[in-house]
Amino acid sequence: PGRAGAGRERRDALREELLLSPLPTGDVAATFQFRTRWDADLQRGAVSHYRLFPKALGRLVAALGVRELHLTLTQGFWRTRFWGQPPLQAPAGAELWVWFQPTVTDVDKAWKELSNILSGIFCASLNFIDSTNTVIPTASFKPLGLANGTDHHLLRYAVLPREVVCTENLTPWKKLLPCGSKAGLAVLLKAERLFHSSYHSQAVHIRPVCRDASCVAVSWELRQTLTVVFDVFSSGQGKKDWSLFKMFSRTLTDACPLASQSKVYVDISPKNKEKELLEVTPPPTSVHEAVVQGDKKTYAVYDLLSPSLFNTSRSLNVQLKWKRPQDSSEMPIPVLHAQRYVGGYGLQTGEICTLIYNTHPYRAFPVILLETVPWYLRLYVHTLTIITKGKENKPSYIHYQPAQDRRRPHLLEMLIQLPANSVTKITIQFERALLKWTEYPPDPNHGFYVGSSVLSALVPSVIAMKDVDVEQSPLFTSLFPSSDGSSYFVRLYTEPLLVNLPTPDFSMPYNVICLTCTVVAVCYGSFYNLLTRTFHVEEPSRGGLAKRLANVIRKLRGVPLL
Amino acid sequence: AAPVQVQLVVPVAVVFSRGSVPGDLPSPLPFRDAQEMEISVNLRTSVTSRYEMAYRATTAQEEAALAAATAREADAALHPLQDVSMGSLTMYVVPETSSLLPQGTSVYVGKHRSALVRAGGSLAALHTRLRQVTQVMSFTATSIAAALSDRVPDGRLSPDARRSLKSSLGYEITFSLLNPDPKSHTVDWDIEGAVNSYVKPVLDKLSLVANFSVDSQILYYAILGVTPRYDKESSSFLLSAHSLPHVINPVEARLGSSAASLYPVLNFLLYVPERSHSPLYIQDKDGAPVSTNAFHSPRWGGIMVYNVEAPASPQASLPLHVDVDMARVMEVFLAQLRLLFGLSREELPPEFLLESPGNEGLADWELDHLLWAHTVENIATVSTTLTSLAQLLDKIGNIVIKDDVASEVYRAVASVQSAVAKLSMGHLHSAFQASKEAVTSSERAFFDPSLLHLLYFPDDQKFAIYIPLFLPMAVPILLSLAKIVRETRQRKKEPTKMD
Repeated sequence: PGRAGAGRERRDALREELLLSPLPTGDVAATFQFRTRWDADLQRGAVSHYRLFPKALGRLVAALGVRELHLTLTQGFWRTRFWGQPPLQAPAGAELWVWFQPTVTDVDKAWKELSNILSGIFCASLNFIDSTNTVIPTASFKPLGLANGTDHHLLRYAVLPREVVCTENLTPWKKLLPCGSKAGLAVLLKAERLFHSSYHSQAVHIRPVCRDASCVAVSWELRQTLTVVFDVFSSGQGKKDWSLFKMFSRTLTDACPLASQSKVYVDISPKNKEKELLEVTPPPTSVHEAVVQGDKKTYAVYDLLSPSLFNTSRSLNVQLKWKRPQDSSEMPIPVLHAQRYVGGYGLQTGEICTLIYNTHPYRAFPVILLETVPWYLRLYVHTLTIITKGKENKPSYIHYQPAQDRRRPHLLEMLIQLPANSVTKITIQFERALLKWTEYPPDPNHGFYVGSSVLSALVPSVIAMKDVDVEQSPLFTSLFPSSDGSSYFVRLYTEPLLVNLPTPDFSMPYNVICLTCTVVAVCYGSFYNLLTRTFHVEEPSRGGLAKRLANVIRKLRGVPLL
Repeated sequence: AAPVQVQLVVPVAVVFSRGSVPGDLPSPLPFRDAQEMEISVNLRTSVTSRYEMAYRATTAQEEAALAAATAREADAALHPLQDVSMGSLTMYVVPETSSLLPQGTSVYVGKHRSALVRAGGSLAALHTRLRQVTQVMSFTATSIAAALSDRVPDGRLSPDARRSLKSSLGYEITFSLLNPDPKSHTVDWDIEGAVNSYVKPVLDKLSLVANFSVDSQILYYAILGVTPRYDKESSSFLLSAHSLPHVINPVEARLGSSAASLYPVLNFLLYVPERSHSPLYIQDKDGAPVSTNAFHSPRWGGIMVYNVEAPASPQASLPLHVDVDMARVMEVFLAQLRLLFGLSREELPPEFLLESPGNEGLADWELDHLLWAHTVENIATVSTTLTSLAQLLDKIGNIVIKDDVASEVYRAVASVQSAVAKLSMGHLHSAFQASKEAVTSSERAFFDPSLLHLLYFPDDQKFAIYIPLFLPMAVPILLSLAKIVRETRQRKKEPTKMD
């Protein structure tokens, strides 16, 4: 479309998009999506001339036989209960899941190599992914793109909950964008502001997609997404009004010249059927209505490529004002949300409790729960209990792979039916293992992280959804495949857990060495003296300094002298 | 560095055509002799070259081929009659008055492994000429010194010698188009076609030396690290020679590393300057504009500035569409590629005439030239690697050598010995293959993760842990030592007291 097609036919296209949605708590979520689509088959190996698609990732896909790659780096936790369903949630820390091509013979080797290379590209500690934190889920992670088979032996999934995400991860991520951070929406990505936020999540998704409706040829899609949640309520003196400049300390001046689409969406959906509660300036180019995750939403759209937008002012600073303070007591509760914590006391045993809420008034639906627990927490599967409304709830599918010490983690996948308007409590007990002293990480008293558990569900929609053309709809609606009009796919992550393991006193060996050595040295000293001294009776003489001192004291006390 | 002793043997056939045999030949044709030359690098590295000359007269077929009208035709006709094994050379001596060579040239070097040489007046003159040709076509003292540049003391090497790439099992060639101003220019380049028609023939020829992979990318908003100076006279922007070293760094951050392989990367950048900075010209040291508008960086790659002609009418709508003239660009990049491989054709006496290699981009003898240098360099590298491995093992007494590491070391030693032996027999190709294997094995042994020296606890720290034992135990010993000293001193004094 439009500007990009000046010369010969382009085979790649870039779309960029920013979604701003005010959250019920008064925070604002900003989701950037950059989609590069390339009508070429990366797998053939013949392709080596890159334009918009980054060469580093393209070569990786071709060299290692990657079918689909999803990498997220996240700081903070998306509070689903208060913030609502996220467009794309990610677990705290680093998450990587990859589908390999059926032609890859040694998947484990390719996985190891891939995580090492990605760790180099994104400056993250993904090289710590090894067999002790990698699992092969059977049901939770289906390919999001075009796939011939879903043989789950080609899938690898790993989470590093301890990973800290910061600017050094953002810079290489920005470098993969065709316009860098020099033009377009990416100018807003100022690290100083992005990490001064409640939640920051950046992701790279690579997948093959259908080139056209007939789906004869394959195109490759790279989506780079970045979600950030700003706490404007506390930083804006108790007001929920915000603007682009307030959040990012920058404004938009142009679209990326390489992009075929560049849009800003602002969620202005009316809540509680009260219209006209909020006001956006400048007036949007158009208004888009869509059903997103079972909710009717209205978006104000700013098309950065439309020439009228920059006619009046040179830069775009989207502002939102609330006309009257709304009461925050009536927060809409998402249909599916979950909560997880560690129970129990002492350092020997404990209990992992997961609470899953279905707040749908009349529909029950199944949910797939994926738990990965490191080997040093020894799960007792016989203690697994699932209780809904006071009754036991038998899962219709269980896949459990026990851990092997120092080799692989526990993997527990269950398909659980959630009755309407219910809370399901899942508990499982564990015992803490003793690690070897070299296996403790630095600062072991901080505790050990257990990665988030993953909930995947097809949530029944209250409102019927229309089938829409994926190419035309906004990007944030089109990553997960929609099955039909009556339900939508949701993937949720629970909180990561922090578990204390019995931690030895690491200075003890040295203390023991010191103490033993001192005892040995004292013994040795006296024994040595005993052997080398010659004892003989000495005539009492006038004596040395000690005797003279003693005599002085005796004189003072009036005792006979020595 | 570790000692390296190599003898390079070049078999040379000297063929005298009718009427070119000098009068003062030491013995009647055919006969053999050899010439040796010492190439000094440093005290512990000695490279001797030995030219084994076989002198003979032409056969009838060769005589017929030499009767061709031009040197080029003669070269083509002679090619099927020669020994074509790598590293061997054939010199055809033609009479001094022969019309085969153009006026003023006395040596014609063909596309393959042969040369036509004018007889000169005497045997001595012919010998000098032959020595020059054989060196050009095999190796010179400087090319060997450049290959061993790590061992040459600083200051004795010309800067040019450090330009060529280190020997490696493979290279990655990346062409990058830098478009810092996509708002004003949409630049298209047919890199795929250009690679196929210009680069591929050369790389096919070079595939004997190493593996090559070629790719390309377009980088937007990538700027040079230097702001060019505006020159009012020519109303253009100038980059002076002394600012060129600062150009590369900011660009390099965007180029991206080759994550998927460990081979060195050769970068060739085509820079289309921003509209506000064009036209942009590179100046050499004397301030004159460089005709190619390009420069290269040793062991890194090359950069070419490609100016876009200003639109005829200033109202022309932006962005301006630019189609890059790939023939012009590739000519520069290929010349830079040759330079980076140390195959420059500059330093030659004027009476030499070199046949252009044509579409292949590389003559057979140039390939040999590369192989000689790389073989010697590989042997030196293996020797250095194995020596430093041995030093590491000496330093850590309790290091564990696994069987596979040991077998890699044995293989490396065996391969390097066979490479040296093959060199002294004049079998260049098999020597090169052996030296490549030796490099692979020695690197694998050296970089084996089990040989990390941090894995081993240093002895001094072990001692430090037991300080609490040694220190209190030392106290009574030292005290009694002091006592003994005091007592002996007293005993010495006592006899004088007695008197």
